[in-house]
Amino acid sequence: MARTYRRPKTLLPVSTHYCAGCGHGIVHRLLAEIIEERGIRDRTVALAPVGCAVIAYDYIDVDFSEAAHGRTPAVATGIKRALPDHVVFCYQGDGDLAAIGTAEMIHAANRGENFTIVFVNNAVYGMTSGQMAPTTPVNMVTATTPRGRNPANEGCPIRVCELLSSLERTVFLARGCVTSPKNIRQVKKYLLKALDVQEKRLGFSLVEILSPCPTYWRMMPTDAMAHIDNEMTKTFPLGVVKDISAEVGT
Amino acid sequence: MTSERILITGNEAAGKAAILAGCRFYFGYPITPQNELTAYMAAHMPEAGGTFIQAESELAAINMCFGASATGQRTMTSSGSPGISLKQEGISYCACAQLPVVVVNVMRGGPGLGNIEPSQGDYFQATRGGGHGDYRTIVLAPASVEEFAAFVMEAFDLADLYRTPVLVLADGQLGQMMEPARFTPPPPRELPEKDWALTGAANGREKRIIRSLFLKTGALTEHVRKLQEKYAVIREREPRCEERNCEDAEVVLVAYGTSARICMDAMRQSRDARLGLIRPLTLWPFPEKTVRKWAERGKKFLVVEMSAGQMVEDVRLAVEGRAPVAFVGRPAGGAPATSEILETAAALAKG
Repeated sequence: MARTYRRPKTLLPVSTHYCAGCGHGIVHRLLAEIIEERGIRDRTVALAPVGCAVIAYDYIDVDFSEAAHGRTPAVATGIKRALPDHVVFCYQGDGDLAAIGTAEMIHAANRGENFTIVFVNNAVYGMTSGQMAPTTPVNMVTATTPRGRNPANEGCPIRVCELLSSLERTVFLARGCVTSPKNIRQVKKYLLKALDVQEKRLGFSLVEILSPCPTYWRMMPTDAMAHIDNEMTKTFPLGVVKDISAEVGT
Repeated sequence: MTSERILITGNEAAGKAAILAGCRFYFGYPITPQNELTAYMAAHMPEAGGTFIQAESELAAINMCFGASATGQRTMTSSGSPGISLKQEGISYCACAQLPVVVVNVMRGGPGLGNIEPSQGDYFQATRGGGHGDYRTIVLAPASVEEFAAFVMEAFDLADLYRTPVLVLADGQLGQMMEPARFTPPPPRELPEKDWALTGAANGREKRIIRSLFLKTGALTEHVRKLQEKYAVIREREPRCEERNCEDAEVVLVAYGTSARICMDAMRQSRDARLGLIRPLTLWPFPEKTVRKWAERGKKFLVVEMSAGQMVEDVRLAVEGRAPVAFVGRPAGGAPATSEILETAAALAKG
């Protein structure tokens, strides 16, 4: 029988530190798969964020740089400008990208930096134990919104793809989730598309991935997956938010 | 090879020197009194085949340097005092990740938004690390436009040699004024290969990681101890200062940068006391052995700064109570008057 499923070599054969039911492992695997399938391991540089995925370099076998909290797109700018033929991925969470790193995100996008942000949106700060994130849905209870996120006090969740879509040099912005094999395959297609945009030097690309945090959502892993499908996607609709690669690519 | 003499501002000379030293990645953000440096880079970096980006903030600029340095490239950013405060986060990360980067601080009055007059109020910040954690950065203190250029060039070598951020600490006066300057590259040093740089894990080499996170118990202690060993080597090898007329002096002035030039005027004018001068060229490592040597020979010291008194603490630490240490300073803009230096020196010589 043909073997159709195996570990990509770029994904190291180690146990991760992620909690049961966490989505980071799935996203790591997808990145490792596309790095291997496209044969780009030897010219890929990835950036690890401050947050749960900070030691992603222990799992994904490519050159890596850490970045200070939120500064990931600035560090990536320095790397990509110095290595324009390399593939650069920023792996970022919601707090890193859309709170402390908002300025770095917007301006890297606005300059049309030729790298890809892989934005794992699980709507909470995981590493610091479940505080409100800029993407926390309204009414969600977190360590810092014990009565639920109240728009009158905390504002409403930021939709990063939509926010960035008005900037002329953002080329590909899409949102997927990791709740089913079908959705995971869709995320992979988005990542491959973003990689194409980067390789053709068309400009900035970002793939947002709705991902479960059962630990700080206080849910069973299966319930957390259902929560993304049934609730989170109401705030963050799935799909391609912007794709002008055909126009700018000609 | 030394260039011809040209008339140029300190800020522009610093930019020109960086390009001569092989810097091809400059990231800046506007702030007075260093704007001519950023504008120089915007004009000339593309001609040199390099990258200039006006960043969205000083935070972004220093982190762009972090990224370019992580790939092994020579990189620089510059700012003035409030902007340097913002860069401290990145400097701390560079120090821990052992990334060479050159940072120019054209100091202005502080604290806070302060003013845009020349000042030397950032000495503590520059020489004590400046950001969080146990680290130091090499600090070079030029006193002329030509020396500003020379120190920028040398800063790149020192940064690469020790894998550490190097600060060039100038002030608004040095940045803004024009002087004739030659551009003389530093004597060549043997520099280590950058076998840590991110270039893609090609040809079967193991992946490389640029990191400043050491979570395992004891790992950070071990790493910071290694940093301290490196700093001990720098303290041993790199302290530098200029000594003028110390042998004959009753009072030895201690001053750096623009203050040192004022002290040279004071020395020429002095009638009531024989004055000498120690001018530190490196503020960290501080040339404490030189200061101690003259203290042991019975000299009295007068520290002159464009601050409320910062380097004076290093002089007192070096003197270890062996000699009186007086201070004349003017904080937050402008410089002490020569007359004040002369009066204090005369009183010190008598007393």
